[in-house]
Amino acid sequence: MVSPILELKDINKSFGHVQANKDINLIVNQGTIHGIIGENGAGKSTLMSIVYGLYQADSGIISVNGKEIKLKSPRDSIENGIGMVHQHFMLVENFTVLENIVLGFEGEIIFGKNLEKAKTDLKNLCDTYNLNVDLDSIISDLSVGFRQRVEILKSLYRGAEVFILDEPTGVLTPQEVDELFKILRSLKEEGKTIVLITHKLNEIMDLTSAVSVMRQGKIVGHTATESTDREKLAEMMVGRSVLLRINKSKVEKGDVVFKVENLTVKDDLSVIRVKDVNLEIHAGEILGLAGVTGNGQTELLEALSGIREVESGEIYLNGEKISDSSGLLNPRELKDKGLAHVPEDRQRMGLVTDFKAYENLIFGYHDQEPYSKSSIMKDNQILDYSKKVMEEYDVRPRSPHLITSNFSGGNQQKLILSRELNENPKVLLVGQPTRGVDIGAIEFIHQRLIDMRDKGAAILLVSVELEEVLSLSDRIVVMFDGNIVGERVNKDVTDRELGLLMAGVA
Amino acid sequence: MSTAVDKSKVPWWVSNLIVPLVNLTLALLVSALFIFIAGENPYQAIKLIIYGSFGYLEGFAYTLYYTTNFIFTGLAFAVAFHCRLFNIGGEGQAYIGGLGVFLVAINVSFLPVPIIWLLSIAGAFIFGAAWAFIPAYLQAKRGSHVVITTIMFNFIASSLMVYLLVDVIRDMKQMGPHTVALPKEMWLPSFKDFAALFGIKIRYSPLNLSFLLAIVASFFVWFLVWKTKWGYEMRAVGHNTQAAIYAGISPYKNIIIAMLISGGLAGLLSINEILGVHHKIVSGFPAGYGFTGIAVALMGRNHPIGIFPAAFLFGILYQGGSEVTFDMPNITRYMFVAVQGVIILFSGALENLFRPQIESFFVNRLNKEVEA
Repeated sequence: MVSPILELKDINKSFGHVQANKDINLIVNQGTIHGIIGENGAGKSTLMSIVYGLYQADSGIISVNGKEIKLKSPRDSIENGIGMVHQHFMLVENFTVLENIVLGFEGEIIFGKNLEKAKTDLKNLCDTYNLNVDLDSIISDLSVGFRQRVEILKSLYRGAEVFILDEPTGVLTPQEVDELFKILRSLKEEGKTIVLITHKLNEIMDLTSAVSVMRQGKIVGHTATESTDREKLAEMMVGRSVLLRINKSKVEKGDVVFKVENLTVKDDLSVIRVKDVNLEIHAGEILGLAGVTGNGQTELLEALSGIREVESGEIYLNGEKISDSSGLLNPRELKDKGLAHVPEDRQRMGLVTDFKAYENLIFGYHDQEPYSKSSIMKDNQILDYSKKVMEEYDVRPRSPHLITSNFSGGNQQKLILSRELNENPKVLLVGQPTRGVDIGAIEFIHQRLIDMRDKGAAILLVSVELEEVLSLSDRIVVMFDGNIVGERVNKDVTDRELGLLMAGVA
Repeated sequence: MSTAVDKSKVPWWVSNLIVPLVNLTLALLVSALFIFIAGENPYQAIKLIIYGSFGYLEGFAYTLYYTTNFIFTGLAFAVAFHCRLFNIGGEGQAYIGGLGVFLVAINVSFLPVPIIWLLSIAGAFIFGAAWAFIPAYLQAKRGSHVVITTIMFNFIASSLMVYLLVDVIRDMKQMGPHTVALPKEMWLPSFKDFAALFGIKIRYSPLNLSFLLAIVASFFVWFLVWKTKWGYEMRAVGHNTQAAIYAGISPYKNIIIAMLISGGLAGLLSINEILGVHHKIVSGFPAGYGFTGIAVALMGRNHPIGIFPAAFLFGILYQGGSEVTFDMPNITRYMFVAVQGVIILFSGALENLFRPQIESFFVNRLNKEVEA
């Protein structure tokens, strides 16, 4: 007999006049894993923040176990048995696991009996759910996967019956994802309820028994997972049919255009992050660089694009050495030589978010004609050009005067992409091209990258999305701890194999 | 929890006119309270301020004279601020700029007068810029924060000028810390001279041709910041240094450029003070205009179109304020420093106190109109 544990009725929430949630009705049954899927900005996170008491709904009723509750702060929701594991963990880095878990619930001023009792309780919880966390280790020593378990343990300890997980797999390796899923299943078996927020269709299909789809602040459908499939869900999310597989023609690859020899790079703290790396990219080829975040990809990409100093090693573009003993050419000179770069972090690096869209569309090319002449900016030419590319790349809204931070992630990414592809670069360095980008735009961005390859560009694709690397690349290398630990031709590799390489165990 | 407003839907006149006006009104209400507590009638005080600054021609000329100084120092702060540099060294840069004006003018006295003026303007700009260069270099190369270095450079400038005025360039025929006067033909035409051309006889006021230079400088700043490659790059560095590096824009170069222009603009203050008013270097002539310029720029939202009315408002306060202290014995000069402080507090530090409410109020109203 299934009974609803969490019930939302006619929830509305707006920020200013932007309606983030509109007439949301949702029933989550006890002891199930319920998926909530939707594109970025569909209102998933807002809805769950309301359930967790971070925001207050403008109207609507939230009931737990059939009883209406008022949630004014996360403390209220914790008391009602609702726990949340955030996308970005809320842990004090230099505290131990135990200290983090009891934080705010110490119970008395001087630690003592309570702490001992907490420790025993937590040990029992760990055993029951196979969490396998050492309570005395310091958070900063733990891997991302373990930090997530600490968050789950924290919610468990505080008596949560309903667990909300916001995009839990974004930062995990495939193996860590498997482990997480095991834990979630065992939670379910013990009668706990899980609400899983994600934009990944595979996770929904693997894990959930029911799924609700959100689009533009509204729930557009509830269905049992077994009676749907990936294509149908994608269509519901986007509101039109979506091509999940990319049509990739065969292209004869050309000469080596971009070559990296024995490259070593340090990060800001002078820690060596890229160790003696060698790469070759041919014209008309996409080389995928897979790896878990933080294994040197960022530093590699920055070094190759002239942003970060090279410690040692050489880089060649079309046979011409573009690095010398004093480091690399600066990014501006590299652009002139035909090297374009779509950076990993669009808001920190790719865009000046306070600039108007048209100012960003020429960013880095602003000092060349026709955008400026004798150091005077040619606003009319820039605007004409901006209107044209915004049309071509379907940037919405099509207002070149709008401040860039007002565009959604996907549209911001399109602004960068149009800028970097417009000059027809010979070499294109791309970092996380679809991070935080919705499905509709992902399809578009992928297609553009394939088009560039077909036109003969050499592309280096750095992505933590394994699926993306697999679907776009001709060849794949895996980076672990600053080293290239493996190279595979795309068609003969499985994601399992790549996953092991990414985890550094193969 | 406060409601977030979609910034793109707020009409420009709400954020740029209504909000500053509300803040200003509040500041004046609080100031009125001060005056009331001091035992004077606030209504009378305001009447005096308005009479003092608008009521008669010489008063109005004084208002515009103060406005001129505030435009220069306001623009100076604004240019640096677009590169996210908090240049609070306008005072010292203006002081050293004065040295430039004087040294140039006295050494090229054989040239035709308009050329002397142009060279003096260049002298003011270059000396002011030079004084800003060291903090700029330290910021760009060593990361020493300009707030710290520029304020220290104010003290250094002050000490240096006192030393020069006492021991090196003093008019040795007397004891006061000032130089000899420049020859009369080099003085910038004053408002009085100008009025005399039309047969209007008025009494002395310090307003002079520099006012036009301030207008030209405003246009120059607008063009530089929004219409040139340099302005574009400066703003890029200011908003997002990481992104600037990514685009191949040198933060080092732009920090230096922004500070040089900022210092140069501050230096122009001395054209008004030396070529226009004192006709010699007088100890302490920047008289705090450099600091008030910060408030002017912040209130004017770092845009020349905003800086002009803000400078004018402070001109009114300076001129009208002196009228009030003259007529009301309970109100001292320092009272008006406090009034300025309240205005800075409301339009600077508390700028966002009512902004969300006001903006969402107008956004909601406009939405209703659209729906209706």
